[in-house]
Amino acid sequence: MLELIQEFELLAAFWMTIRLTLWSALFSLIIGTFVAIMRLSPVKVLQSIGTSYVNLLRNTPLTLIIVGTSLVLWGQLGLEPASRDSSTFIVDLNFRLAVLGLSVYHAAFVCEAIRSGVNTIPLGQAEAARSIGLTFGQSLRHVILPQGFRGAITPLGNTLIALTKNTTVASAIGVMDPAYQLDNIAEFRPDVLFLGFAVIALGFVVLTLPVGLIISALSSRLAVKR
Amino acid sequence: MQRTSFRLAAVLAAGALALSACGSDEGGDDGGDGGDNGGDASAEAGGGGDAGGDGITIGIKYDQPGLGQQDGDTYSGMGVDIAKAVAEGLGYSEDQITFEEAISSQRETLLETNQVDLVVATYSITDERSERVQFAGPYFVAGQDLLVTTDSDIAGPEDMQGKLLCSVTGSTSAQNVKDDYPDVQLQEYGSYSECVSQLATGTVDALTTDDTILAGYAAQEQYAGQLKVVGNTFSEENYGIGLNKEDDRCEEVNEILQGMWDDGTMEQIIEDNLGAADYTPNADLNPPAEIGGHCQA
Repeated sequence: MLELIQEFELLAAFWMTIRLTLWSALFSLIIGTFVAIMRLSPVKVLQSIGTSYVNLLRNTPLTLIIVGTSLVLWGQLGLEPASRDSSTFIVDLNFRLAVLGLSVYHAAFVCEAIRSGVNTIPLGQAEAARSIGLTFGQSLRHVILPQGFRGAITPLGNTLIALTKNTTVASAIGVMDPAYQLDNIAEFRPDVLFLGFAVIALGFVVLTLPVGLIISALSSRLAVKR
Repeated sequence: MQRTSFRLAAVLAAGALALSACGSDEGGDDGGDGGDNGGDASAEAGGGGDAGGDGITIGIKYDQPGLGQQDGDTYSGMGVDIAKAVAEGLGYSEDQITFEEAISSQRETLLETNQVDLVVATYSITDERSERVQFAGPYFVAGQDLLVTTDSDIAGPEDMQGKLLCSVTGSTSAQNVKDDYPDVQLQEYGSYSECVSQLATGTVDALTTDDTILAGYAAQEQYAGQLKVVGNTFSEENYGIGLNKEDDRCEEVNEILQGMWDDGTMEQIIEDNLGAADYTPNADLNPPAEIGGHCQA
């Protein structure tokens, strides 16, 4: 098993999973919050933009989005978020395209998680914020979002776990993650294919199980007691 | 309201029908005997799919133009023609052949579990694979090469410095490039079609894999005149026909393959499928010096 981990650089592959997860989690949280604010705003146009974003991205297969970032954004439209001069051009490019695809896709789920958190806030809170003269922005910042995020920890955690596992789709455009190495194991070491499956499955359990436990602990500690 | 619930019921009923249809299909496939009709009792009675069954199941590629391609319910390509000729040599008529898709990473498993009898799918003979399956052949020696646009001046992997090369994840070709030309920037996709599309738009500079596969893409109608195979091979891939280790027909298949080279059938098959790309197999290596030597049963 150790030999297999070394031969196919599985530790580096799981480090790639972690990097993909953290960057995509960061960007999808930013985009998702932004879209959630649009959906919560009183402006009809912003609401429908937010709703369209969520419905479009959430219902598009992730593989299509990831392959699309490479074949369409890079191939057809010439978007190159990496330097051609770099000796790691392809590696950087694929990583960034994958983060882009994962972020915009999971932002839709983050948005819905935040909205569900906001729905846990009694309506009186928003009304009270309004009646003491807070603007929409102020009431979001001081009343709605702080409570909303605390109520959204469990669904956000679920999205994070789903994101961790979904990063394997990045292998479709050549990002060297565990799924990519599993393809290599299948080709070059078919004799130990099932061991490879087991090691990679175990790796994901090691990554996601603690996240699940931390999320449960956090959500009971931080939940707004009413 | 009533209309809605009626519609809902109709959709559910249709769904149930579709699901049950799937179920009976799988029943037929699990038999592994190559019956193409799940409900056909006589086909199911064939059993394990080994010698003596009333049909033969052959694993081929479904997505490689010129080598093994599915088009509706017909199959074409070099692998398909060779598979048909071998099956005929083994005493099966054409309507007794069932083709199954053999994805590269699943070929050993398909053979071990008797889901297919033969695999004719650009299957290179290697020591690792011989641990799990046995090979008849080699019936053809291909080599790794480059596919470039017709106006390109790339003549071999040495010219790839600073250029972008494309190949498929988990392929020998990709690994060869990484080992032998570590400076070349290699883009990897899930399938060759993605590489070819990136090559046609000029996003990558070359695509590398076995020359037979490249010739198949260059011969495709939509890329006519746009792509060419460089013709400077830098590896040897011995294509074999994979069989289950227990299968005693391995030597027989070797004799059939030898016969196909002797009477010119093989040259005709290559010309028919890859000729449109001006592809000529490496004459030093083809026909293979020794057909056989990889049987284990």
